[in-house]
Amino acid sequence: MTLIQRLIFLMLLTVGLTWPLKAAEFENFEAAIAALPQADFKSLPELLAGIAELDDQRVSSLFVHISQGEVYFQKSDKRVFYVLDQADGSARIIDALNGEVSQDIEKKQLSKVKTNNRIRSDITQLQAQLNLNHPDPNIRLTAAREMLADVSRISDKRLADRQNKESDGDVADILSLIAALKQFSKDDAVSQLSALTQLDSTLEPDVSQVLAAASQDAEHYSAEVQTKIKATLANIESQRNLYSYAENIFFGLSLGSVLLLAAIGLAITFGVMGVINMAHGEMMMLGAYTTYVIQQWFPNLIEYSLLIAVPAAFLVSGSVGVIIERSIIQFLKGRPLETLLATFGVSLILQQLVRTVFSPLNRQVIAPEWMSGSWQINPVFSVTFNRLYIILFSLAVFFMLLIFLKKSALGLHVRAVAQNRDMARALSIRSNWVDAATFGLGSGIAGIAGVVLSQLTNVGPNLGQAYIIDSFLVVVFGGVGNLWGTLVSAMTLGVLNKFLEPLTGPVMASIIVLVGLVFFIQKRPMGLFPQKGRAVE
Amino acid sequence: MKLRNLIISGSIIASSFLASVALAEDTIKVGVLHSLSGTMAISETTLKDTVLMMIEEQNKMGGLLGKKLEAVVVDPASNWPLFAEKTRELLAKEKVDVIFGCWTSVSRKSVLPVIEELNGLMFYPVQYEGEESSKNVFYTGAAPNQQAIPAVDYLMNEIGAKRWVLLGTDYVYPRTTNKILEAYLKSKGVKDKDIMINYTPFGHSDWQGIVSDVKKFGSTGMKTAVVSTVNGDANIPFYKELGNQGISAQDIPVVAFSVGEEELSGFDTKPLVGHLAAWNYFQSIESEANSEFIAKWKKYIKDDKRVTNDPMEATYIGFKMWAKAVEKVGTTDVNAVEQAMIGVTVPNLTGGIAVMNPNHHLSKPVFIGEIQDDGQVEVVWQTADTVIGDAWSDFLPSSKNLMSDWTPPMSCGNYDVTSGKCSGKM
Repeated sequence: MTLIQRLIFLMLLTVGLTWPLKAAEFENFEAAIAALPQADFKSLPELLAGIAELDDQRVSSLFVHISQGEVYFQKSDKRVFYVLDQADGSARIIDALNGEVSQDIEKKQLSKVKTNNRIRSDITQLQAQLNLNHPDPNIRLTAAREMLADVSRISDKRLADRQNKESDGDVADILSLIAALKQFSKDDAVSQLSALTQLDSTLEPDVSQVLAAASQDAEHYSAEVQTKIKATLANIESQRNLYSYAENIFFGLSLGSVLLLAAIGLAITFGVMGVINMAHGEMMMLGAYTTYVIQQWFPNLIEYSLLIAVPAAFLVSGSVGVIIERSIIQFLKGRPLETLLATFGVSLILQQLVRTVFSPLNRQVIAPEWMSGSWQINPVFSVTFNRLYIILFSLAVFFMLLIFLKKSALGLHVRAVAQNRDMARALSIRSNWVDAATFGLGSGIAGIAGVVLSQLTNVGPNLGQAYIIDSFLVVVFGGVGNLWGTLVSAMTLGVLNKFLEPLTGPVMASIIVLVGLVFFIQKRPMGLFPQKGRAVE
Repeated sequence: MKLRNLIISGSIIASSFLASVALAEDTIKVGVLHSLSGTMAISETTLKDTVLMMIEEQNKMGGLLGKKLEAVVVDPASNWPLFAEKTRELLAKEKVDVIFGCWTSVSRKSVLPVIEELNGLMFYPVQYEGEESSKNVFYTGAAPNQQAIPAVDYLMNEIGAKRWVLLGTDYVYPRTTNKILEAYLKSKGVKDKDIMINYTPFGHSDWQGIVSDVKKFGSTGMKTAVVSTVNGDANIPFYKELGNQGISAQDIPVVAFSVGEEELSGFDTKPLVGHLAAWNYFQSIESEANSEFIAKWKKYIKDDKRVTNDPMEATYIGFKMWAKAVEKVGTTDVNAVEQAMIGVTVPNLTGGIAVMNPNHHLSKPVFIGEIQDDGQVEVVWQTADTVIGDAWSDFLPSSKNLMSDWTPPMSCGNYDVTSGKCSGKM
């Protein structure tokens, strides 16, 4: 049953005498509001459809509040209120009828007007009708898009009116699509063909659905029109494929940038210092928990919490890294197996520590508003903001690190110690101090990666384990000791994974990548970009 | 000298042995086999606390058969083979009378041979894939026909879903459940091209590609629904990605079988609001027994923010049933208690009565709820009556002829109705 049918059905029901809830025809807004507290899941849709018929300014705000679950009524006298939760935990309680803020009512005295998905989607449809005349062009655009799904809902006259008044380009485009679809549904080949030329380059999924249905329908569409429909569909399909290709590349780059962030710290500790640090993942975990703690400390600054968390996580993980280096790793220099075991032990200790301090349950890190949502480039291709920012951020971190190693005094020392420890010491570089600083730097960057991961995955004691193997893979594949290699290998692995995934499923994709890597390492044990010359030792 | 040492050590061993026997006579030992560390600690620690709370309460009421209950807590550390070892330790060394434990199916499968060999008794409190019925295990969580099938019915009949995406984590529970669901959907006339199945590894966090596929799959104009057996940890990135790619619960509803109040308390619930969960218990269901239980739990755990969930209710019902059965037969002997368990009734926390059936599964009500922004779940649909747990699914060719009945004369967990024999299938 399409929505329009459902609505007609509801109308019939509400008009019909047998149905007890005749009340869906309301005298005025007041009467409708008075009926709300009695409504349940079954009767609410009819009631709302009745409200939509009312010519009242307050209807659209009622719909907005009800679809967000903000409509409550007082248990004692059934007065209806909007309850808007404020950032500080309190609630603004507004009378639904006169819009006055009530000070003397507490949320506890109120009970909620319950809604479910079906009711919310009914509301969206009802709103679409109302919102086509909304002053905000974005709301008009959403409303017009809703209309695309079933163009018979809007009359030719109303559409023409709207088209004449429309000033916004995007909305006008959708409106002319609606007009074209209406023309397409007419029973005459000439207007069908001219409609098709207009629909030719559109990517709206609703349009292709209509076309696909029409291509099966020989009764209304002549053979000539059918051929044209097929050509149009093929055209749309090829454009879609192109965009899905672009989408896959974006997905791959975004996976690659996460890998890059996770691996880049390891590229320093493992690649430059040669320390196999199994606790690297736990450094990321500490960074993620730092984000959590920052959000707990400054609940009013959620929007800025990530910006604060980045330096904080760098300091926390970095100093833990320095402590580990000073207390354990420096005594195990040149004994990789023991280093591996000791750092593995450290990783277990850190995990259990977090379990004891924060509980074994995952912690909730809130995504700031600017990290959610997506940038809709066209109807079939959108880019999610969080992934976009993460790609940019990881590249920024990478280049900053590169410049730091190339240009700063400490960077010079780090490279000197990595190339020839004895010679560096002979030139009065304090190699112990440089080791600690390098390890701290690598760990600090892992902490930054943790801040990013807190936006993508669960913040829990096991966060680090999921990434440690991948990080090592990236570093080994790229060539130990080569930062550019890490960048290239992270992006390659990311894109490769995402192109295999649709073909084989994610489990098989990672297996194939892994097996491929094993063969690659057999062929080129030093990775993609092996170090040359004297640096090899 | 040597002889003296031998005598001393011998007497020490003997006396400690006697002491332990004496101690064992004073108390009834209850084994608690839940992971307190590792991946599963997140879920299982709560159940350990629930059992301890129930024991404390039982002891306040004077214990059982005039003896105090004593909890023996071990930590199998989310390590599946260790579950078997710890079971052996509980049964052979600690000589516990009953075990409450396990969460994942793989841990239960690991315990199974040991508990059958040593004739122990275990209560398993988590929803699972079915296809099993052991003499020594009572399953107080939901079988597929008490969770998955009603949820699909709801989506099909109330939401009008025509295309189906079955997403799952890659292990035994989702694979078996999805096999059952696929067979069920096909029996309802859903075509192959309208079913999409996808498995992801544990803790999967990069959902971009899959969510984009789901979006494409759902943009054909036919109502699409996702049935998710994705395991706890991987859920949050999944729902986040859904939200970010602009798919709301109204476009493509997701019904989850592993997301409950406890998991939601660690989530940023914004992207989940409106999606569905199917369980046999929700904290939000109003009843006297439930509010009493919630209050008791908050007091016991000393944290007002802690929530209750379905496996906790299953633990509660299992414990109450065991206590009732022990009192009925006046002993903790495994064989006697096992027989006495069948037919025992305990009121559900949500109203109605839970009955232990001869196949060692419960009769339970099924609820479908929508996730709210406060991490609670509001019921939007429930079965008219309780549903009897079915150990062997009727929708799989390999098990449709099997049934389980542990009462004599059948006394068999896998009776094949066509051959008339106990098939020995596990």
